[in-house]
Amino acid sequence: MTLRADLAVIADLVNPEARVLDLGCGEGELLAYLQSNKSVNGYGLDVDADNIRVCLDKGVNVIEQDLDAGLGNFADSSFDMVVMTETLQSVKSPEQLLKEMLRIGDQCIVTFPNFGHWLCRAQLLLLGRMPVAKHIPHSWYNTPNIHLCTFRDFENLCKSLDLKIIERRVVDHQNIERPWGKLMPNLFGPVAFYRLGKTV
Amino acid sequence: MTPPADSVGLVTTQKFVYEQPFALCCGRDLPGFELVYETYGTLNAEKTNAILICHALSGNHHAAGYYASDTKPGWWDSCIGPGKPIDTQKFFIVSLNNLGGCHGSTGPLSINPATQQPYGPDFPTVVVRDWVASQALLADHLGVQKFAAVIGGSLGGMQAMQWSIDFPDRIASALVIAAAAKLSAQNIAFNEIARQAIASDASYFSGRYNEHDKSPSKGLGLARMIGHVTYLSDDGMREKFGRELKSGDPSQGGDVEFQVESYLRHQGQAFSQRFDANTYMLMTKALDFFDPAREHNDDLVATLAAAEAKFLVISFTSDWRFSVARSKEIVNALVAARKNVASAIIKSDHGHDSFLLPIPRYVNVLKTYLNRIYRDTCEVKK
Repeated sequence: MTLRADLAVIADLVNPEARVLDLGCGEGELLAYLQSNKSVNGYGLDVDADNIRVCLDKGVNVIEQDLDAGLGNFADSSFDMVVMTETLQSVKSPEQLLKEMLRIGDQCIVTFPNFGHWLCRAQLLLLGRMPVAKHIPHSWYNTPNIHLCTFRDFENLCKSLDLKIIERRVVDHQNIERPWGKLMPNLFGPVAFYRLGKTV
Repeated sequence: MTPPADSVGLVTTQKFVYEQPFALCCGRDLPGFELVYETYGTLNAEKTNAILICHALSGNHHAAGYYASDTKPGWWDSCIGPGKPIDTQKFFIVSLNNLGGCHGSTGPLSINPATQQPYGPDFPTVVVRDWVASQALLADHLGVQKFAAVIGGSLGGMQAMQWSIDFPDRIASALVIAAAAKLSAQNIAFNEIARQAIASDASYFSGRYNEHDKSPSKGLGLARMIGHVTYLSDDGMREKFGRELKSGDPSQGGDVEFQVESYLRHQGQAFSQRFDANTYMLMTKALDFFDPAREHNDDLVATLAAAEAKFLVISFTSDWRFSVARSKEIVNALVAARKNVASAIIKSDHGHDSFLLPIPRYVNVLKTYLNRIYRDTCEVKK
């Protein structure tokens, strides 16, 4: 089984037999892989009926739960890793959710599209239009993305919440790290990848 | 009549006779017991494809197919049959009438060998644990060491949960539908009102109505009416009945009957014809007493620690008798206990009764999950 490139990077960071929670797990690709290759005790949260069906078919522990309703049902430090890919920008309270992720997990991985990418900036600056790009494909009127941010915004939030950034990667949608993205992530990085931990 | 093609067809009832003393949780023994059951599908050579169906408060062993004398199929025919979610082409399905029932299994209507009279109200208290223990004996009798799934809605879901705790190595998966880890005060209250309705019927005679050749059908009908309202939802009733009149005209005064009144009375009356009041008392008590965490200092996580099954927990949005929140409690405890669990919350206007209805997403979730169970536990690995 080959795993989507961006998920493969995450899978590498998960220890065997770890407890994993995947927020907005979609079709359960990551968890199915981790269950069969790393014997993890994993759970995924999602609300989409089709996604849930596919997860059930894959034998993934999918739980129907809306992220906007919070994670209050999970105990402190009950997971080794909490993962949220490309979902932060569409939740109601990203700040609250990030805090919660590090309350229930020892580490977490967050990925999101970078709204500070030069293509976004150019569209707004030169064309006067809301940006649409490969990594942000929706028009303003039908986008689920209500909390778009940039690398810099996110790092400022982490700072104010006292969250420790263990690792930052600047990737594109094939999950390839480009040299110019590494040099100026806020301008040239399409997708932000962060691994966070608790500040001791 | 000719049963439809996607039906298991004509079915017959079988009987399991257990002839040794059976110790109940209440401390009393039954000198032996009989369970009536039906089976659908074929047990495979490895005996790995058996599914147990556990019935709810007023259910029985006739879950699917038709009797030669009847035009209506079993109570869960929409989900059990060839190509249906609980697929008789894949699984061997066992459905029984629980101990204390009134449809053929040993219960208040049976003869007490000690007195040669029907047990009536003297039938011992049975709880979910007793049912599960007796079901395990039935499984032995059928040569089933381990069920691929134990499935139940409402009180049936509680039995599925109890199976996972009491016989962890005899069940590969538990499907807990529209259930709860224990009843709320409100739930017990509704059950008590139902019991009082029966007890206050002049024909009840403290449960000895058969000795007086009477039947507390009014009280039992009233109990069912109360229950029935709690199994529906406000929206569902509005849609089904609204304020439609059966007869009369409120502006003229006099006798007026709303459709909903007529419907409920009919439900109550029909139920009182096919059910025994003492069994109703016993079944509602079994519901009230169900609380597996009690023996573990009210710690549901510790209670479920022994379980090895995979769980599927399903709830329905408009169910207020066993609400979505009750199912979430089960899911949370299972996650905390590090068990394999999946859950689905099905949108429905039909209240608690939803679990009996062929709601497309619900049916689809069951089918998908059970197909996966089949692949994992029943297919011969080559």
